[in-house]
Amino acid sequence: MEEHVIFTDKLTKTFGSFTAVDQISFSVAAGEIFGFLGANGAGKTTALRMLSGLLKPTSGIAMVAGVDVMRHPEQVKRRIGYMSQKFSLYEDLTIRENIRFYGGIYGLSVQTIREKTKKLVDKLELGAHVDALVLRLPLGWRQKLALSVAMLHEPRIVFLDEPTSGVDPLTRRQFWDLIYQAAADGVTLMVTTHYMEEAEYCNRVSMMVDGKIEALDTPGQLKKIYNATSMDEVFRKLARG
Amino acid sequence: MQAIVVEQITKSYGAKGAVKALDGISLSVAKGELFGIIGPDGAGKTSLLRILATLILPDAGEAYLQDLHVVRDYKRLRSLLGYMPGRFSLYQDLSVQENLSFFAAVFGTRIEDNYDLIKDIYVQLEPFKNRRAGALSGGMKQKLALCCALIHKPEVLLLDEPGTGVDPVSRKEFWDMLQRLKSWGITILVSTPNMDEAELCDRVALLHNGRILAMDTPAGIRGSYERPLFAVRSDEMYRLIQDLRQWPGAYSCYAFGEYAHLALQQSLQGFDTQADSVMVELQQYLESRHHTGIEVLRAEPGVEDCFIASTKDR
Repeated sequence: MEEHVIFTDKLTKTFGSFTAVDQISFSVAAGEIFGFLGANGAGKTTALRMLSGLLKPTSGIAMVAGVDVMRHPEQVKRRIGYMSQKFSLYEDLTIRENIRFYGGIYGLSVQTIREKTKKLVDKLELGAHVDALVLRLPLGWRQKLALSVAMLHEPRIVFLDEPTSGVDPLTRRQFWDLIYQAAADGVTLMVTTHYMEEAEYCNRVSMMVDGKIEALDTPGQLKKIYNATSMDEVFRKLARG
Repeated sequence: MQAIVVEQITKSYGAKGAVKALDGISLSVAKGELFGIIGPDGAGKTSLLRILATLILPDAGEAYLQDLHVVRDYKRLRSLLGYMPGRFSLYQDLSVQENLSFFAAVFGTRIEDNYDLIKDIYVQLEPFKNRRAGALSGGMKQKLALCCALIHKPEVLLLDEPGTGVDPVSRKEFWDMLQRLKSWGITILVSTPNMDEAELCDRVALLHNGRILAMDTPAGIRGSYERPLFAVRSDEMYRLIQDLRQWPGAYSCYAFGEYAHLALQQSLQGFDTQADSVMVELQQYLESRHHTGIEVLRAEPGVEDCFIASTKDR
């Protein structure tokens, strides 16, 4: 069962009398781009936080990169990458300093960090700006850099929480090129987004409603099942209930 | 009469104006119009709205709302404009009802006086009227913020990214509300980073790096697209895009939902007669690259295609 890098069985989280995540069961294969959709408050963030070892599940099983989230959350954190629109890079550090900082957090050697910095900066064509404050970079560059930094320690799984919110359409597509590239290298990417056309770029999509996974399939199949012409329509039909 | 007039507005931030947020923006919005400022983060949307809301001063240029100057007449102006900032700015530890009463009192009015205007929206909030604003969902917060911005029956409504961080269902409801507000004759200026929302406006300005790329009706913007455009798909989207970019006639190729949009290098003039043969050629090219599930269609450009084309050409 090694090909399933994420596996959950009846994963549940309650806060007092409120059930935020209600017995969700699914699995994600290596190299898959998995879309994690749902309305505000549907439980996406809570589920993501459990899968990334930040929040202890109330019950159920979650295995991430072969590690039991319930028992070894710290090991999970070491094996995954995480990036969100809200929190990614330190604005008052330079590109080089951010890479060094995150490299240090992930326990990479000074030598490795130096090599990674060069490789990453070359790939993103940021050579001229490596000592510029992140604050000075356009948002689109920042997001591309943040994704690369989140993968500095070569994790097998990367969680992306609304990575492209507010980014211009051209940069958004360049960002998705990076996602496709990572997937082609065998990295599993779990993405939340409010852009329904981005749901189309995922191999499979799950839709959460009130803490439960109401639907899970390829975008093509979902449209067939819900007799819809777009993922936007699928979303509205499901979220309205 | 124009409800909003902006003439050559410029705004910079930082030491010696290092960051130019607005670079000579001019536009005008007719009374009762729903006008969209469409652009990504950092385009200058918030700066423009804050200048119009009399919250910050432009470096240069003039702006008027209902013939009142945003700097000289700011006091009179404030009572006839409603402003909803991008960040949720109501009192988190006051209840829904308390927030609304507070904003009504600030403007010297009462909830009952303009209740008709907010009724449609407020009935959805009513079940939660005693809940603290901070404990509302994203969509409900937006509705409350809109009610508070409307409580004094403003003539001009300025909405800064009302759809951001709100799920597609709540977002659609919000736009439906704006359409209804239009029928009251309120002029609405709304900013958004979502290109698809351009279609819901009467006219839009596409904003990028502090400049207006284009300004027209959504149909006018779409009509200005100059290249033949195809929607293509196959079973492997990423490889498809890479291959299409290498095709000799290609100008650009980007993913658009389940299709990739391929723009050709040539101009649209007289293209119609060649369209069929180009489609056959594309089909053959992709087959030679071992694609399966190939579909090639002519595509109508959307506002997003236009935005990408004009940012790519810069």
